[in-house]
Amino acid sequence: MTAVEGKRTRLISGPGMLLVWLYGVMVVGAVSRSVVQISTEFDHAPLAYSLSAVAGLVYGFITYTLVRGGETARKAALVCCAAELAGVLVVGTWTLVEPSAFPDATVWSDYGMGYLFIPVLLPLSAIYWLRKAGTVKP
Amino acid sequence: MLDALTLVTGVAALLLAAWCGFAAYRDEPTKDWHFIGMAVVTLLALVQLVVGTVQLARGEEPEQGTTIFVAYLLGAFACVPAAGFMSLAERTRWGSITVAAGGVVLAVLEVRLYDIWGG
Repeated sequence: MTAVEGKRTRLISGPGMLLVWLYGVMVVGAVSRSVVQISTEFDHAPLAYSLSAVAGLVYGFITYTLVRGGETARKAALVCCAAELAGVLVVGTWTLVEPSAFPDATVWSDYGMGYLFIPVLLPLSAIYWLRKAGTVKP
Repeated sequence: MLDALTLVTGVAALLLAAWCGFAAYRDEPTKDWHFIGMAVVTLLALVQLVVGTVQLARGEEPEQGTTIFVAYLLGAFACVPAAGFMSLAERTRWGSITVAAGGVVLAVLEVRLYDIWGG
C-alpha cells in the first residue's frame, strides 16, 4: 500500500468487503447477461436488455469506487447507489404497470425478485454503510 | 452424471455457507479448515466444469444454449475462490460472511445450471 492510498477512507473494511462481493456478483450477473442477450437476441426486447446493461455499468462503477476508497469515491458511490435505488424502484414499478414494454425480464424487473431482491436491498445497505463510513474518521 | 454433480456441488456449497456463517456468528475469521472446505467445493466445481465440457464435446446440447451453460460453469468455478481471497484480505467475521454469501451464490448458480442443462 502506498502512502496516498493510506490516507484515503477505506471503504472495504468490515461490512464493506461483503458489499464489494455482492456488487461484484451483480456486475458479473448483469454484464454477462446483457452481453449475451444484446449480442444474440437484441430485437426481442431492446429496452429490457439495454436497461440490464446500464445496471451492469452502474454496479461496476460502484464496485470500483468501493475498492478505491476516499472521500470523493464515497460521495460518488452514494450518488450511484441513490441512482441505483431509483432505477430499481422505477423499473420495478414500470414492469408491473406496463408489462408489455418488457417481453423479457431485466435485472431490475419486479424490484429484482429474480435475484432474491438483492438489487433493492443492496443500495439500501450500501447507502447505510457509506454514510456510516463518512462519519467515522480513521 | 452432470445432474448428480450439480446436486452434490450445490449441497456442498450450502454446507460451506452454513459453516462460514457459523464462524461469523462466533465472531471468527475464516481459518485453515474453512479454506480446505472451500478447496473441496472448488474442486467439485472444477470437476463439474470438466464433465460439462466433455458432455459438450460429445455433442450433447444444453436446453438453454451452450454459451449460457459455459458462462455459468465458469462462474460457478470462480465463485468460491473469489470469495475466499476476499476473506483473506478481511480477517474478521465479515470475511466469513463474505464466504458464506459466496456459498449461497454458488448454490443459486447450481440451481440455474440444472435448469440450463435441462435435467
